Amino acid sequence: MLSARLYLAQRISALVMAPLVLGHLAVTIVAVRGGLDAAEILGRTRGSLLWGGFYGLFVLAVSVHAAIGLRAIVAEHLGLRGRGLDIFTWATMAGLLLTGGRAVAAVVL
Amino acid sequence: MQKETPLLEVAIWRGSPTGGAFTTYSVPRQDSQTVLDVVSWVQRNRAPDLAYRFACRVGMCGSCAMTVNGRPRWTCRTHVEKVANAGRLEIAPLRNLPVVRDLVADLDPFFDKWQTAEARFAPTRTRAEEPERIVPDSPERSAANAAIECINCAVCYAACDAVALNPAYLGPAALNRAWTLQNDSRDGARAERLKAVAGDGGCGNCHSQQGCAAHCPNGLNPTASIAGLKRMAARALLKGRL
Repeated sequence: MLSARLYLAQRISALVMAPLVLGHLAVTIVAVRGGLDAAEILGRTRGSLLWGGFYGLFVLAVSVHAAIGLRAIVAEHLGLRGRGLDIFTWATMAGLLLTGGRAVAAVVL
Repeated sequence: MQKETPLLEVAIWRGSPTGGAFTTYSVPRQDSQTVLDVVSWVQRNRAPDLAYRFACRVGMCGSCAMTVNGRPRWTCRTHVEKVANAGRLEIAPLRNLPVVRDLVADLDPFFDKWQTAEARFAPTRTRAEEPERIVPDSPERSAANAAIECINCAVCYAACDAVALNPAYLGPAALNRAWTLQNDSRDGARAERLKAVAGDGGCGNCHSQQGCAAHCPNGLNPTASIAGLKRMAARALLKGRL
């Protein structure tokens, strides 16, 4: 159900996420305390390779990490196994990538 | 006037693979009485058809494990005074294994998983050759020594929630044994074994809850062994060897 390959993917995605979470919290605090409004935030993010890369990587790491974590929960607590479990994992990852990717595109493009 | 012998209230699970229930017996309390003494007393004095398993009675053979007041324990070394709850014991077969009858659990799935994990020594020399020299305090030998005293009692397997939730999971005992062999320089099947323990039912399924370590009667820490296998598998994966 959770091979070493998936285990490693989850650990690496966690490793990637840890500094990004801290970075995101810092950005949130700066934006809120600095009193930036939506237009000012978008002014900084639109066309920015840095913010696109930062949040794009964040979405990718979250999609991998959450899909594998939910895979374990669904297998253990709902008894889903085999092909159904694989489909669930890929669908979760694709869904998170799609919705997260749309959000990143909305502030960067 | 003679003092009355205090009595223990002992509920023992009686049944078969199709189902069963607890039957309560009154057992005379004695000093230094073990849970296995209690079960033996019931079998000899109240229920001759009671099925249970034991052999050495000194904590070496690993055959007398049962669930005592909700926890898996080796019954021959478990004193009643340490586990009785208000003079009451509840004794059942081990969790996570099929029941044969009464207190006897079927250990086939447990040992089948040892085979699936390739948790058996693969010698690289014949008896005609010189024995290999092992440096006793090398890091590998120290890691193997820390996990070697397993008596195959299946207490850790019964204590493991990951096994309960995922019957395909190899479990702490098989993986702990695999870890000792992965650290044995005499073993010739380490690459194959690593593949076996890194698969779908392998070490990646351990949630590090440490139920195995909390219940192991020999004080081993299978969680640490499994963490070692995870590290070993991750390194092999990153180097393209898995």
